[in-house]
Amino acid sequence: MATVEKPTRFVGSSQLRKEDPELVTGSATFVDDITLPGMLWLGVVRSPFAHARIGSIDVSKALALPGVVAAYTSADLELSPLLMAWQINDQVKNPPHNPLTKDKARYAGDAVAVVVAESRALAKDGALAVDVDWEPLPAVTGIKEALAEGAPLVHEEFGTNDAGSWSIAGDSPVPRRGPTAPFFDDPELVKISEEYYLGRLIPNAMEPRGVVVDPNVAMGEFTVYSATQIPHILRTALVISNGIPEAKLRVVAPDVGGGFGSKLEVYPEDAICLAVAQKLGRPIKWIEERSENYLATLHGREMFQQIELAATRDGDLKAVRVKLTASMGAYLRLVSPGIPMLGAWLYHGCYDCDAYDLEYTNVFTNTTFTDAYRGAGRPEATYAIERAMDALARELDLDPVELRRKNFVPTESFPNYTIASGLTVDSADYHGTLDKCLEVLDYDSARADQRARRERSDRKLLGIGFSTWIEMCGLAPSRVLSALNYAAGGWDAATVELMPTGTVRVLTGVSPHGQGSETVFAQIVADQLGVDYDDVDVLHGDTGTTPYGMDTYGSRGVAVGGVALHAATERVIAKARALAAHELECAEEDLEFSGGNFTVKGTDREVGIKALAFSSWTAHNLPDGMEPGLMATHLYDPPNFSWPNGAHCCLVEVDQLTGAVEIVRYIAVDDCGVQLNPMLVQGQVHGGVAQGIAEALYEEAIYDGEGNLATGTMVNYLVPGPPELPSFEIHDTVTPSPTNPMGVKGIGEAGTIAAPPAVINAVIDALSHLGVHSMERPATPERVWRAIQEAKEGRP
Amino acid sequence: MRHVALTVNGQRTELDVEPRQLLVYALREQLGLTGTNVGCDTSSCGACTVLVDGESVKSCTVLAVQADGHEVTTIEGLGHDGELHPMQQAFRENHALQCGYCTPGMIMAAVSLLADHPDPTEEEIRHGLEGNLCRCTGYHNIVKAVRAAATAGR
Repeated sequence: MATVEKPTRFVGSSQLRKEDPELVTGSATFVDDITLPGMLWLGVVRSPFAHARIGSIDVSKALALPGVVAAYTSADLELSPLLMAWQINDQVKNPPHNPLTKDKARYAGDAVAVVVAESRALAKDGALAVDVDWEPLPAVTGIKEALAEGAPLVHEEFGTNDAGSWSIAGDSPVPRRGPTAPFFDDPELVKISEEYYLGRLIPNAMEPRGVVVDPNVAMGEFTVYSATQIPHILRTALVISNGIPEAKLRVVAPDVGGGFGSKLEVYPEDAICLAVAQKLGRPIKWIEERSENYLATLHGREMFQQIELAATRDGDLKAVRVKLTASMGAYLRLVSPGIPMLGAWLYHGCYDCDAYDLEYTNVFTNTTFTDAYRGAGRPEATYAIERAMDALARELDLDPVELRRKNFVPTESFPNYTIASGLTVDSADYHGTLDKCLEVLDYDSARADQRARRERSDRKLLGIGFSTWIEMCGLAPSRVLSALNYAAGGWDAATVELMPTGTVRVLTGVSPHGQGSETVFAQIVADQLGVDYDDVDVLHGDTGTTPYGMDTYGSRGVAVGGVALHAATERVIAKARALAAHELECAEEDLEFSGGNFTVKGTDREVGIKALAFSSWTAHNLPDGMEPGLMATHLYDPPNFSWPNGAHCCLVEVDQLTGAVEIVRYIAVDDCGVQLNPMLVQGQVHGGVAQGIAEALYEEAIYDGEGNLATGTMVNYLVPGPPELPSFEIHDTVTPSPTNPMGVKGIGEAGTIAAPPAVINAVIDALSHLGVHSMERPATPERVWRAIQEAKEGRP
Repeated sequence: MRHVALTVNGQRTELDVEPRQLLVYALREQLGLTGTNVGCDTSSCGACTVLVDGESVKSCTVLAVQADGHEVTTIEGLGHDGELHPMQQAFRENHALQCGYCTPGMIMAAVSLLADHPDPTEEEIRHGLEGNLCRCTGYHNIVKAVRAAATAGR
């Protein structure tokens, strides 16, 4: 393992966030807070039908309204189709996604026209006044229905709604252990086969999306302010689709109110607002309303999973075979076709097995497009294997903890163990993490309580659910991305610059939107340079000032951007050392660097980094050939993913009379390697677990038979509020990653990946003695109550 | 247009508004007080919570004309002389915010909650804030922060 640097002053401590003062006082700048002179508002006309041909579009009534300046359809704006960056293999069917649809609408919310007006309200009035001659067509919203013979076709040109398939045997760049068929043909082995449906989710970042485009007409330059996670990627996508050169297009992500993947996208409105600003030469602003967000911003998950396990009678897992069908919605967006693939190496979880197969098929339906939602592919994988392991435990009459332990990849296999699916896991101690979880839980007491309630025929039953999870994040090694046909790299960049007075300016290519990266990055640099935390300023999210980076998603902020920063700072120190040796008239190797001072070993002669910053700025006395300034940039391409893991346990009370599920304890023991700021790590787990619980108990986007989004507002899509969630018991183990010098792994998605199966396993566990062995999610009171009734009626 | 006169963060303010103008947009777009955010269009999320005559209200559900003659306090009016209000301080110290978008509304709702119930239990805090949604924190640290502010205020 690589040597892990010891925490010094700031790293490892729960520093309060640099980001907070402006956020708690209302002085932050979100996109909707930007107002520019001469600014016009843009409203979008959207299809009320899931599938409808467009006869004609009449904008005359809108244009007649006072305050309406312009109205455009696809015929008026030269808009290229939006970029799709993940052609997973040559089978992918990628229809053009025009920002304003031309021939027909393919989902409720598909944009067909825009109106530009003097105010927010007038833009909305104008959009409502546009007459579209719609010819409604039969719609298909379900995955299985879309694949059935004779289904309405979302894109007629393909003659099918099948958007292409991918398999680990045929498409993975690394060999997996397998094939699985011999194991499933072996009569000596026990097999189970389960099917799960993962409903559609709406990400619900608290800030809806928004775009402001500021043109500089004289210079032909444009600044795009967008509520985005990916200012750098968005700029490149707009350059490609619009033709405007990079030098004339700046993209800024100002303060961004959460993303969860929903702002990891190139949206029609980004391209449209830019085109309208080009046409009118005035600043253009579009702010999404929440109900509009439910239609126009990407959805997550939605897939059918078929998972089969083959194991010996004493519980030795031999083979895992998986088939997925995933809803893409109406179009393939930035990375949609590859989302199931992000989980493709994880459907055997943290368990060893001899054979592994996985294939998936993507499907078009007349629904909002799907793409990355917190965890993207990995919550799906974890759900399938963790549910299936519980099902196998029931089949074999084994304790679910015992079955898991029996199949964990042994601790001594690490570091860098190649798992059955073919990728290499950096480090883990699954037993140690589970031990801690059981200790916090007091497993024996919990089981005793469960038995006692059953014996007393209590109304409220206790269920205990586990999820021993693993994931791959810190996206991603560029060579691996290349082998997977992804269009870009996965590296990131950082620049560190000492100012003349010794304060430090950090420029990062990642684009945080709530993670607290400014804080953590300042901690890293302050310790390395021996300067004060308050003297480090971290800038991000602006292509005009920061080096090109790959932005923030996939738990990559620290694991990629932070490691790049660490390396850039090392370069600054190396240069400072050369300057210090020059000033102190000694050899570089005679210098010790500690606490911000270079000291000649064995003497009291020293010079501080701040003094060196000043002398490198004056440049009056530099060694021959040395450039002025103390500044360095590093671009870091991670050699491996980072592989956090953990053991979660959920205790639920299920009310047999009402079907209501209450979480009485939620314990998370996670291992994300070295923690730079434990407070922020815990915060990430809290929020992630909350979203995972929401997925298990509350949230599902539902379309009616005609393709209307029935859960179209926050009133009927249940984002949990404070009373719906418990307090969490957060613990950790620390197994440093050998991949990077800080020993860090990502933690942003852990909770969302781990929690759903822990909750559903707990609900089933509470009711298993009644004969309930399966549960659809979300486990609403009605579903739970019906499952209880059906089990009771099914009993002899 | 209607003429309304209201007191905002202690300042008497007069402005002309469309009858349909929501209070939140009068605050944000006419008075430039952009600290109050809008997170939904169904009065579900509470991001726009402000105090009207000391009571928390969702300013996306109040017409500006309804605020005529009343006192409005927004997040900008909470701290004094550059010092954070104890609730703002408690949110920061307890890491009760991440992206910060729900935070102004959440803080205003929490201030109103403590005004009515100075020493709430965890359960009372959760129910007291049920009209405010946060997607980042899972509420764990928000509850902690409100408890801390209550303890500090005793």
